[in-house]
Amino acid sequence: MSLLTLAVEAVPKESFATGDVSWLLNNVWLIPTLPALSFLGILFFGKRMPKGGAELGIAAVGAAFLLAILSNVAWMDHRDNYSGPTDAGAAHAEDDHGDEHSEDALGASVVIDGQSEQVELTSSFVEEGGEGGHAAVAVLNERDWFRNGGVDFKVGTLLDGPSVIMLFVVTTISLLVHIYSTDYVAGDRRYTHYFAFLSLFTASMLGYVLSSNILQMIVAWELVGLCSFALIGHWWEEKPNSDAALKAFLTNRVGDIGLLVGMIILFFSAGGTFDIVEINKAVINNEMNQTAVTWAAISLTAAVMSKSGQFVLHTWLPDAMAGPTPVSALIHAATLVVAGVFMIARLYPVFYYGFSIPGSSINGLALIGSITVVFGGLLAFVQTDIKRVLAYSTVSQLGYMVLALGVGAWTAAIFHLFTHAFFKAGLFLGSGSVAHSVHSFDMKQDMGGMRKFMPTTFKTFMICSIALAGVFPTAGFWSKDEILVGTGGLGVGAEKANGNYHLMLIMGLVGAMLTGAYMTRCIYLTFFGEFRGHGTPHESGKRITVPLIILSVFAAGAGLLNLPPGFLAGSASSPTGWQERFGHFVEPSAAYFPAISHSVPSWWLAVVASVMGLIGPAIAYWYYFIKVDNLSKETGESLTELPNGLVANNKLAATGHAFLVNKYYLDHLYNDVIVAAVKGPIAKAAYWINQNVLDEVVDTAGRTSVKAGEAVYKHVDQGLIEGAVNGSGILSSQSGQGLRKLQTGKVQQYAALLFAGATILAGIFIVLI
Amino acid sequence: MEFFREWGLTAAIFLPLVGVLVMMFIDKKDEAMHKVIALGTSLAIFGIGIVLLFDFDYDRAGEMQWTKQVDWINIIKAEYLIGIDGMSLPLLMLTFLITPLVIIYSWNHFPAPHNPKAFLMLILVLHTGMIGTFVARDLVLFFVFFEVVLLPMFFMIAVWGGEDRKYASLKFFLYTLFGSALMLVSFLALFFLAGGETFSIAGLADAVAAASEDEFSRNAQLWIFGGMLLGFGIKVPMFPFHTWLPDAHTQAPTQGSVILAAVLLKLGTYGFVRIAIPILPEAAVVWAPWIGLLAVIGIIYGALGCLAQTDMKRLIAFSSVAHMGYVMLGIATLTDWGINAAVFGMVAHGLITGMLFFVAGSIKERYHTLEIKRLGGLLLQAPRMGWILGFISMASLGLPGLAGFWGEFPAILAAYNPANGLPVGLFRAYMVIAALGTVLAAGYLLWLLQRTAFGTPSEEFVDNPEITDTHREEWLAWTPLLVLILLFGLVPGLIFNVTDPAVEAQLSDCLSVDAGSDKANFDVGLCEKEGVEAALANLGVVSTADGE
Repeated sequence: MSLLTLAVEAVPKESFATGDVSWLLNNVWLIPTLPALSFLGILFFGKRMPKGGAELGIAAVGAAFLLAILSNVAWMDHRDNYSGPTDAGAAHAEDDHGDEHSEDALGASVVIDGQSEQVELTSSFVEEGGEGGHAAVAVLNERDWFRNGGVDFKVGTLLDGPSVIMLFVVTTISLLVHIYSTDYVAGDRRYTHYFAFLSLFTASMLGYVLSSNILQMIVAWELVGLCSFALIGHWWEEKPNSDAALKAFLTNRVGDIGLLVGMIILFFSAGGTFDIVEINKAVINNEMNQTAVTWAAISLTAAVMSKSGQFVLHTWLPDAMAGPTPVSALIHAATLVVAGVFMIARLYPVFYYGFSIPGSSINGLALIGSITVVFGGLLAFVQTDIKRVLAYSTVSQLGYMVLALGVGAWTAAIFHLFTHAFFKAGLFLGSGSVAHSVHSFDMKQDMGGMRKFMPTTFKTFMICSIALAGVFPTAGFWSKDEILVGTGGLGVGAEKANGNYHLMLIMGLVGAMLTGAYMTRCIYLTFFGEFRGHGTPHESGKRITVPLIILSVFAAGAGLLNLPPGFLAGSASSPTGWQERFGHFVEPSAAYFPAISHSVPSWWLAVVASVMGLIGPAIAYWYYFIKVDNLSKETGESLTELPNGLVANNKLAATGHAFLVNKYYLDHLYNDVIVAAVKGPIAKAAYWINQNVLDEVVDTAGRTSVKAGEAVYKHVDQGLIEGAVNGSGILSSQSGQGLRKLQTGKVQQYAALLFAGATILAGIFIVLI
Repeated sequence: MEFFREWGLTAAIFLPLVGVLVMMFIDKKDEAMHKVIALGTSLAIFGIGIVLLFDFDYDRAGEMQWTKQVDWINIIKAEYLIGIDGMSLPLLMLTFLITPLVIIYSWNHFPAPHNPKAFLMLILVLHTGMIGTFVARDLVLFFVFFEVVLLPMFFMIAVWGGEDRKYASLKFFLYTLFGSALMLVSFLALFFLAGGETFSIAGLADAVAAASEDEFSRNAQLWIFGGMLLGFGIKVPMFPFHTWLPDAHTQAPTQGSVILAAVLLKLGTYGFVRIAIPILPEAAVVWAPWIGLLAVIGIIYGALGCLAQTDMKRLIAFSSVAHMGYVMLGIATLTDWGINAAVFGMVAHGLITGMLFFVAGSIKERYHTLEIKRLGGLLLQAPRMGWILGFISMASLGLPGLAGFWGEFPAILAAYNPANGLPVGLFRAYMVIAALGTVLAAGYLLWLLQRTAFGTPSEEFVDNPEITDTHREEWLAWTPLLVLILLFGLVPGLIFNVTDPAVEAQLSDCLSVDAGSDKANFDVGLCEKEGVEAALANLGVVSTADGE
């Protein structure tokens, strides 16, 4: 093997498509590669392009979007019609040195779900197979990455339901954000860099969802973090912005301790592999130590808490609003924050068995999720910045996803991720549209009555809000309902649920109530009443409104993709109907996915949830649209709250309010206590020890030996020393005037002394031992 | 080609001295000539490196190649014995690369008191010492080259250094010399106890393995390893022997700092993986928990030291303590993952910290200060340099996709499952502490970035015409480093695939290397090769003998 072959082997080669797997599914690596290339292109040549590099970014993401659509289509076909080999031990057409992996590489046939459905995992490596099965198979393509401990580790793409749907979500949102941004950040001081990082952000997230092993996931996970750092701190001239960027990065790094530790545990427990499929299978087949799985799940949950903004590591997320609004939309809807949720979904067996989800009524994951739902939602009530309302709303909604995963409602979580991406992106972009027009994000100071000025923005914002609040029949209704059903709590819809999570159901219902209420407040403050800002606002341009319209269409209609069985036409077993189309599309039915059960929807629960979801908004409506509005008309001012409301009159309410305004004092704890202590006293103490203890020992030793050396010198043979000095004279005389000022001779003396001493010591040592 | 294989490395070692000899006879005033000769020499050596890269047989990366043996000092059985394998190749190439880049960077920017002739001669002498250390396979030869680097670096700091240069240079010199003395004691004791037959590393390893308890007691091995630990540990530098480093770095001229960080520190870690562990594996197992302890203390302590700094260069120096902690942690695990990570970490640290010192030097040249609170807004005044600083800060904090990650993460990973005979629980605790260190690393580097690159320039520097963006020599010197940081980050196989066979060959005899479950750890006794292989085969981790 020469250098050239080494380099070639080290670089991922194009994969070879075989069998009846569509070419595209074997080459999905193209999708993240396009925006990655456009990142480099924009970075180095963007400023010379007529549109400052935006055109390259849009072209790349647009192409990625088209490929994502095509791969979704190809996946649908593959999912339903694949008739490849079922025997996983079949011929492997891998490269020469894959011998030791061939049999463990990919999948075995197993029977799951009690439905006698033959499923297996295959890859393009399998060139020819035996009997045809009808089940879906993930498409795995891998290349050698590096060798360690005599084992070749690989890099590749794992394409299955969850990854292919994420390709669609990420590219769709990213493309819309790109288009929107050309107007929104037009004339910005770093327009080109902005688009470069949008490209990298998209590429990292796409690479993340396609990762075939956890090491690759770590890489992409951190790259996503890097992009968020760069984009949150986009206007880094102002310190608050760079502070927010640092906070995001550092908080995520704290969670990353869990990520690294968890992944390492998985690596060793699964027998030395990073492979997602291998790890999942090892957990499912009970080949892993249960304690190890639990520890891995707990560690990874820490990573999810920081990345996906779960209580108590969510504090960076609202601050991340310091970045440009389209970035917030991208971060909060499709990329950064869902990375954590996606990781749970990806390594679901680890969490499913690690937290003992089936048959339980409470577990760590579900608890964190449900706490986040409520506590995040409460914080949204006291915000005056419209983006912060939405940020806390994201926290709360991410809580739903984690809750769903925690109770075993895997499909519901992914579905909610999917629908949430659209309405939350719509809301963020809508708030940006308003802010673009009034040059502020402050609802109380600078907004109000915006519906008159910005009808399109108003309508789309309304639709997305309704979807967020989960009102029938918008997308949010269906996905939220599935989550609530999935809890199997209180005997409602407990049929075939994975456990009986009573608390989670209650928290979920409370969350639904809160969601509607804070959005009602937000809408009133922004769009109703009289305008409180300056100047004359106007509707935004086409490049802003068109993405809004597209997103609101999705927000209204996306729920139809996963109607519960028994709703509209067809029967539950029909794969062609609308029912559970999404679940069928995304949920892996393969050896690396646990045999979760699917709860049966309950009409009763849907009605209760809807009523609960309307009570919240009704109260808020009564307060804002009736009381505040009437008072405003009486006084002739555009009020934002009642002057003699509960907070003003009731001490307990005032305390609660202050508690919320201070965000549960978590920021104080982190910034003023922990960070301040490490940066201040602890670091200073360490440095003091360095200077006054460790260094003092060295200096004292040095001074003592110099004295001792001088004393010894007088008694040591001068000839030896002089010889050494003369020998080095040639060098020192050539080394310029500066050298002569130094006592070079002295150094030589020390050297000679030490060497002599060393020999003597060695002699003593040998005699003694 | 055969001739080249035989003499190429020798040529690389002694070419710099030839250059020095020529420069001696050229007048000091003829600066251009000196520069051309120095650069030409270092590039010629780099050329040899390129040939070596292409000629190296990567399938046999575990064996010594381009070897040469000549009798040298017969009376003490010392030989001129050189050669390279996959473990030394990356470090040797790093050395080949760094020196010409340093000369290019210096081109028009020699530090006061100028005198390019002497400065360049010192760099070339250093070059000989560094190359020699990485190719020597005889302990005496190794020791000679190891010491050769001391004097030029001493003069470089003492003459071209900062205000406190005299103290710093003497401290550097004496401290490392002290370590060297102990190392020499160890080498000599090893030689005599192993029968006094040879100083060759491989020969000694065999002799130690073959020696009975009476001939070479376990206790003696422990003491000898301890001596090497001090000698190499001071050079690394490991906590608590690191205090010479911040002073040396802060006072050294930019070029000195770069060479010091990029290559000199690696001589110590290289000594561990090339000499101490292969020759005395049993002693290594006993010492490893202590090395690991010092390593993780170094990680946290170095990071805290960084947070307390007000001077950018001193901060970077302390970050070296933390980063070398990861390297030492990898070594302490005594696993192939750990030692591969260590070698990767050495190269990555060389590239990244070398770059950090380059940038710090360039900032100092423009602002005439490295006081962090006076800086700020670098991205506005010198945007390209600001970007470079951001890029290498990210690399330094171990961002995946850049080189630093592959030295850090695998070392942390290896600590989860250390070699046979090492306390697993303890190393897992080290793992968590080391992971915590990554947060602190992000903290001090990002705060550095925030305070120097972000924000707006302070009043005193706003319209300072001296503050210009990256100039030509800087681009020439930096581009290769930046490209390699990215390349190694994306394609870690470029280094791992080369080092792995060598690490296996060095360690497989005595140290188990299991990527499997905990089971393997205690079932298998130390140095029972068959047992280890059987255990590994059971786990299906490595191919069994017939696959070899």
